[in-house]
Amino acid sequence: MQASNLIAACCNRCTHRPGNPCRDLVRCLAEGPICHSDDACAKTRQERMANARRGGQGTLIFVGAGTCGRANGSTKVIARIGAFLQEHKISAEIVEVGCVGYCQRELFVDVQKPGEPRLAYADINLGNIDQLLEAVFVREEMRNGFLYGRHGDGGAAWADIPEINTTDFFKKQVKVVLRNAGIVDPRILDAALAAGAFAAAAKAVCTMTPEEVCNEVLAAGLRGRGGAGFPTGQKWNIARQTPRAQKYLICNADEGDPGAFMDRAVLESDPFFVIEGMLIAAYAIGASKGYIYCRAEYPLAVERLTSAIEQCRRVGLLGTNILGSLFSFDITIKQGAGAFVCGEETAILASIEGGRGMPRPRPPYPAVSGLFGKPTVLNNVETLANVPVIINRGAEYFQNLGLGKAAGTKVFALSGAIRNTGLVEVPVGIKLRTIIYDIGGGALPGHKFKAVQIGGPSGGCIPEQHLDTVTDYADLIQLGAMMGSGGMVVMDERTCMVDVARYFMEFIRNESCGKCTPCREGTTRMLEILTSITERPVGDEERRLERFRGVLHLQELASTVKEASLCGLGQSAGNPVLSTLRFFRDEYERHVIDQRCPSGECQGLAVYEVDNATCLGCLLCKKACPSGAIVGERKQAHYILVDKCVGCGSCVTACPKHSIHLVSEERACV
Amino acid sequence: MSLVNSLSIDGKEVQFTPGETVLSAASRAGIEIPHLCAMDWACKPEAACRMCLVELEGMPRLQTSCTLEAKDGQKVRTRSPRVQAVRRNIVELLIANHPGDCLTCARNQNCELAQVASELGVRERRYRGLKKNHALDLSSPALVRDPNKCILCGRCVAVCHQVQGVGAIDFIDRGIKTRVGPGFHDGINVSNCIFCGQCTRVCPTAALMEKSQVDAVVAALADPNAIVVAQIAPAVPATLMENAQASSVRSMLLRLATALKRVGFGAVFDTGFAADLTIMEEVSELIRRVQTGGPLPMFTSCSPGWIQYVEKYRPDLIPHLSTCKSPQQMAAALIKDVYPKHRDLGGKRLVCVSLMPCTAKKVEASELGDVDFVLTTREIDELLVRYGIDLNKVTELGTLDAPFSSASGAGRLFGGTGGVMEAAIRTAHKMLTGSELAGGFKVEEARGLEGIKCFSLDVGGTTLNFGIVNGLGRLKPILDPLSKGASNLHFIEVMTCPGGCIGGGGQPYDSDPEDIRVRLERLYDADRRSTLKVSHDNAEVQEIYAEMLGKPLGEISHHLLHRSYVDRRAEET
Repeated sequence: MQASNLIAACCNRCTHRPGNPCRDLVRCLAEGPICHSDDACAKTRQERMANARRGGQGTLIFVGAGTCGRANGSTKVIARIGAFLQEHKISAEIVEVGCVGYCQRELFVDVQKPGEPRLAYADINLGNIDQLLEAVFVREEMRNGFLYGRHGDGGAAWADIPEINTTDFFKKQVKVVLRNAGIVDPRILDAALAAGAFAAAAKAVCTMTPEEVCNEVLAAGLRGRGGAGFPTGQKWNIARQTPRAQKYLICNADEGDPGAFMDRAVLESDPFFVIEGMLIAAYAIGASKGYIYCRAEYPLAVERLTSAIEQCRRVGLLGTNILGSLFSFDITIKQGAGAFVCGEETAILASIEGGRGMPRPRPPYPAVSGLFGKPTVLNNVETLANVPVIINRGAEYFQNLGLGKAAGTKVFALSGAIRNTGLVEVPVGIKLRTIIYDIGGGALPGHKFKAVQIGGPSGGCIPEQHLDTVTDYADLIQLGAMMGSGGMVVMDERTCMVDVARYFMEFIRNESCGKCTPCREGTTRMLEILTSITERPVGDEERRLERFRGVLHLQELASTVKEASLCGLGQSAGNPVLSTLRFFRDEYERHVIDQRCPSGECQGLAVYEVDNATCLGCLLCKKACPSGAIVGERKQAHYILVDKCVGCGSCVTACPKHSIHLVSEERACV
Repeated sequence: MSLVNSLSIDGKEVQFTPGETVLSAASRAGIEIPHLCAMDWACKPEAACRMCLVELEGMPRLQTSCTLEAKDGQKVRTRSPRVQAVRRNIVELLIANHPGDCLTCARNQNCELAQVASELGVRERRYRGLKKNHALDLSSPALVRDPNKCILCGRCVAVCHQVQGVGAIDFIDRGIKTRVGPGFHDGINVSNCIFCGQCTRVCPTAALMEKSQVDAVVAALADPNAIVVAQIAPAVPATLMENAQASSVRSMLLRLATALKRVGFGAVFDTGFAADLTIMEEVSELIRRVQTGGPLPMFTSCSPGWIQYVEKYRPDLIPHLSTCKSPQQMAAALIKDVYPKHRDLGGKRLVCVSLMPCTAKKVEASELGDVDFVLTTREIDELLVRYGIDLNKVTELGTLDAPFSSASGAGRLFGGTGGVMEAAIRTAHKMLTGSELAGGFKVEEARGLEGIKCFSLDVGGTTLNFGIVNGLGRLKPILDPLSKGASNLHFIEVMTCPGGCIGGGGQPYDSDPEDIRVRLERLYDADRRSTLKVSHDNAEVQEIYAEMLGKPLGEISHHLLHRSYVDRRAEET
């Protein structure tokens, strides 16, 4: 682990020691030395700072190497860059950074030569990295086909190249939480300090009272970014005003929604920011002990956090008497074992306490009686990452970031059938349409936008006609969706909405903890009903009847589960059904009554036919059919009995003449 | 103008005590809110079943009344259409995943799920789908688990962990696969279960039951080559009085004897006799330990759940356990050994049935022998019903049979917490000082339902320190100082179940703390009515020492009335 160069004493007059932390530590880095006056020391500090800010000396090659980068081959690309530099005897330093958020164009490789701006090259992979390196280092062609944009101002000489934040994907975004992501080296404290980390913590801990911190956050209008949207300052005030000697702060990093990866990106790309947010929160409520409850499926996040916490401890930013303020705080990472419900706050408590991850009834709320019965504040990663900004720049600044009455920004993970997938950070209150069309670029070429699923498995599907809804807590709930943690899955006409409901119901059914009756039993029954709709009722009359009966029960079941469940998971478990029923009832009717899936996605409802002209009558399809749906004699054309067909497609595979094919939706309707 | 500490429930003003839940306040006011998981007397509510949801004015969400603290001026509706619809739907969901074999179920007419379903007017199984399909756990001699009937209310888990401090069962898996069971999917027989059966008493369905031996007893009664005899534990008549309107424990006992003989039992004995015998042996052992230096403190050994606990959790305490068998086992040993000498059995086989308030007694019987079958209080009801006998209508006082027909008041006290201690103190006083305990034999310090009672008495110049543990969950304050070597106690009575045997795992399902308090009062009353107050004056006991045993702790006693223990923790490794 790299020792902090920035924090090292400039000379022996410097009073700061890790064992005896200095109140002015953070300010001293940029403006120092403060405790003594010496031009040489000031120069040393400024040089160190400039170096840290740049990320290193000489030529730097930044590679996006978060989990998403790694999935796109960053590890091999980095190895290849290293080999290339050696082969060509080029002196350059490779810096692993996090994710800049533009997944569609991964990998991003940035090159910064001395005296030149940092240039971002996109769509890099192991196949084309050599082309890029040869262009940049051998032929010195900085402007090549891979060039995406430049970071920061490069002067007149580079004016022809767009600044990265003015490109289509980024220009409507407002980067607060993600401002360092993909840019600053997340592995090194110095890089974070140079980017301004811990200035807010120093300000809070050394110059503000806990009450002032709470009130500032309250005034900023920050609401929990984990989904429920409870005012953060209010939660802190409750814990602060509960008089107990021991209190806890928990950072909820158990991001589990399918299609959500905001917190992972923040943790991997800027762990120090999160730690700073925790430090401020802990100070505000009077907690001396913090936990980061991070899912074990995020090994890189755990690795980066572990390293960051250790570095902070070494220089006295965590531990006892932080910055000479007499405030003490330390953080333990607790890895979750993969249960979705452990993102629920009372289930996290049970899990950290060593129990079974099951929610418990509230009240008492954790802020009053939480971990081990002590007042405990649980905040989501993104919530905490917002806190330093509020303290640094004030409540008003943060409040004004949002549109309308909303405050701040929200990170969304945009995925699915959309042109530009990736992480987008936008002002809260922005219209869904702006996110999907202006930033996301709309549906994929040749396809039509159908719905966006927002809020994770417990959220809802919002159709085209409601895209002018603004992304605010109350507005989304009115539509039967919810802000959730920020997953946004875009679907086009190829997606069957009944199947979507079934998919999410299966997820919730599997992840229900099993404690309360409506969630445990209700999700199971709903899944059974949804599954039966997506299949043809082959067999006895009773099954056919049950299929109809089930549909009649669906809405009632969804409402009961929503109304009667114990925790947030169950209380929103009906949403996938209710929101698709609300906006896509016609699709349900097609499934139930006509036994057809308009999008063709439900295999169990597929209709096949045999082309009589080419059928040899070889009997192979008849033998392959598991449900006895094919009739026909040897050497005569065969027929498929739709009522018996389960839609498995075995006959298609078995036919040597390719005479069996799917009947298109339009024809099947007639 | 509303009163202080009052809320409105279904339009009725209801008083509450501060801190009380709406569920409890409503119940006292005669408004029953259906619930399948809350047990306010045993543990804090988990709000898992969601049956007790109510509408609270001003709150958009329905609230569980088991967790909702009553507050001044609240307006609660327990039967609004919204609440009723949700409740009904929840029951339907439970039923959808339940075998529904009600006609043949052991809890038929006694099932809380069926009762709630009936109250809500559920008359159809609307939801059909896959049901859970787990194997029955028949592995133990005492308990049967049928996870298919389990509605996952969590009462058994709460009782096992929070009341008994054992933790043999817990939730396994999650979501729809969730079930309750011991670790590693093993049978309960190889778990750390102590078979106290408290879980069976709180289970709302037949998911946890005692292993019934009614059929076996019926078969034995029908066997012309068998003479079936019964022994009756003191807690049993004290409990059966609840439905049979008896005026005293003794009259109940004698009416039960009538009923049993009518059914075909050849003889009926009083386990209270063996309790008196136990006192003779146990007190002698205590005195010997005090006089010869230990090991002290000595623990009672009457409660088989406690024995299981020591053997499984604290084998280091085995030297501290009295080596006396429990009264059930002493009685059975004597019945098998002595009774054939008293009565000509005509070559028939002697079958010994004990009537106990306890499920762990079934395990004890299977391990120590002599007892052929154990029937719990609940099974006694079942047995009598088989023969068409209604205890209410059996008014004739029968007789108990010699040579084990009598018990002192002290022996009767064995059925409740503190009873063994009080009986022991009466006899210890006589043995140590030669004179009887002054003040009418009553040891006030040993009475009552507190969790832990510790007191000292001066007995003939020696100060003896006593401890009484009412329920295993309260062991900690007694065991902790002992582990640190800081205990000055000489003699400790431990009863596994809260209240003692009268709160045992084989007692009626609906027993609550008030029932247990009343049963304890009945035992005190039985002692008060008894002219014979002390075990050492029981003529039959004296006779058996004179004729056969010689003296307490003698050679024959050693073989018949004492036992050894097994370190079961070591056994597993």
